[in-house]
Amino acid sequence: MSYYFTILSPTDTPIFNIAFGTSKGGGDGIARFRFPDTAQYMNQFIIHSSLDIVEEAQWTNGGMYLKHIDTYPPAAAYISAFLTPSGARFLLLHQPPQLPNSGSGSGLGSSSLLGSSGNLARGSTSSIAANPTSPQTEEAVRQFMTEVYENYVKTAMSPFYKQGMEIRSPVFRTRVNAAGKKWL
Amino acid sequence: MAAPPRHSAMLSVSNAVGTPQSGSSDKSQTAQPPSTPQPTQGLRVPSNRKTIYDRHLNRSRNAELSRASFAYLFAEMVTYAQRRVTGIQDLEKRLNEQGYPLGLRLLDLLFYRTTTTSSSALSSSSTSSSPPNRPLRILTLLHLIHGPLWRLLFGRSADALEHSVSPDTPNEYMITDNDPLVNTYISVPREMNQLNCAAFVAGIIEGVCDGCGFEAKVSAHNQPTEMWPSRTVFLLGFGESVMEREKVLERAGIK
Repeated sequence: MSYYFTILSPTDTPIFNIAFGTSKGGGDGIARFRFPDTAQYMNQFIIHSSLDIVEEAQWTNGGMYLKHIDTYPPAAAYISAFLTPSGARFLLLHQPPQLPNSGSGSGLGSSSLLGSSGNLARGSTSSIAANPTSPQTEEAVRQFMTEVYENYVKTAMSPFYKQGMEIRSPVFRTRVNAAGKKWL
Repeated sequence: MAAPPRHSAMLSVSNAVGTPQSGSSDKSQTAQPPSTPQPTQGLRVPSNRKTIYDRHLNRSRNAELSRASFAYLFAEMVTYAQRRVTGIQDLEKRLNEQGYPLGLRLLDLLFYRTTTTSSSALSSSSTSSSPPNRPLRILTLLHLIHGPLWRLLFGRSADALEHSVSPDTPNEYMITDNDPLVNTYISVPREMNQLNCAAFVAGIIEGVCDGCGFEAKVSAHNQPTEMWPSRTVFLLGFGESVMEREKVLERAGIK
């Protein structure tokens, strides 16, 4: 499983993003997306295109964690969203590893056109990686989001931080990484 | 140890400045996977190695601030805002702007503290489920301001919450505080009797409303009574877009 996590300010400015892989089930924590390394913008493209759905969902669901909200079948990318009360959006794109011959997602035929490398099959045994919409995954993502939220609040409380500024703190990045390792 | 030549002494001084930083950056770099190289060069960690991320947000939850130091600081803020202003309106606008970012922050803090503690501070609002919901309707938002926010700031709820009775202004709501803490130690000169320094609190409310996605203009007005000479009414005027959305949500039956 590979993850791409981004925080968007209320005015849609990306203020933080990070890519990481799963650490569960023997994963080494390195992201292996199905796009070639030169096409990493696809992650951003997919994740930002889900903003429309976030904006629809945010006025019907009062919770902070909106669960899995969007799927992009050609890349088998699943997007979960978390909204802070002050309007920042946390979006997590997760992409299950590509199986070598048979597909599990809906649109794997086209994704093999996008993806190039075939060494993505490992680490697919854990329940989180195997099924991106299972309740276990939702729970793990929720825990991850809550932990990031705690760190985000700490950032926002800093008198030197203004809303909408990029989060540059390496400590914050380490914390997000640790949360990813712990839950995903 | 022999005294080093001058140039090397200077060199060692500059090294000494660099060493603690590079040491700390090495330490934080080992904690990260090598795939994400980080510009940790400029990072300076406090001497006790505790960054803001190591402190717990609930630590000061029940702590109280000295009223004297607050009054002193607030008086300084008013003085600061008063420099080079053109009039009372301008002064109030500046106070409002000082409060606005505070509102945005308090909103996040308030929700964080209610999610992490089981004793829900949001319980006075109509929805008291354990993970608090973001306010979607105006009334939920107003209850949030009237109750939990006021308690977070002043240790008590606000005194009244009213809806404008005039049919021309259905978008106006009023929150009343009989004795606002910010005005307790402020003496307004007679020629400026229009001024209400609770414009600062109005700014906080505006920040909270805006943060939740409710575009609003908030102002503070003096409405003294016999019993409460510094009674203040905060007038919240929500924008057109908010009122339109409110109608849509009402039709959809969302609370």
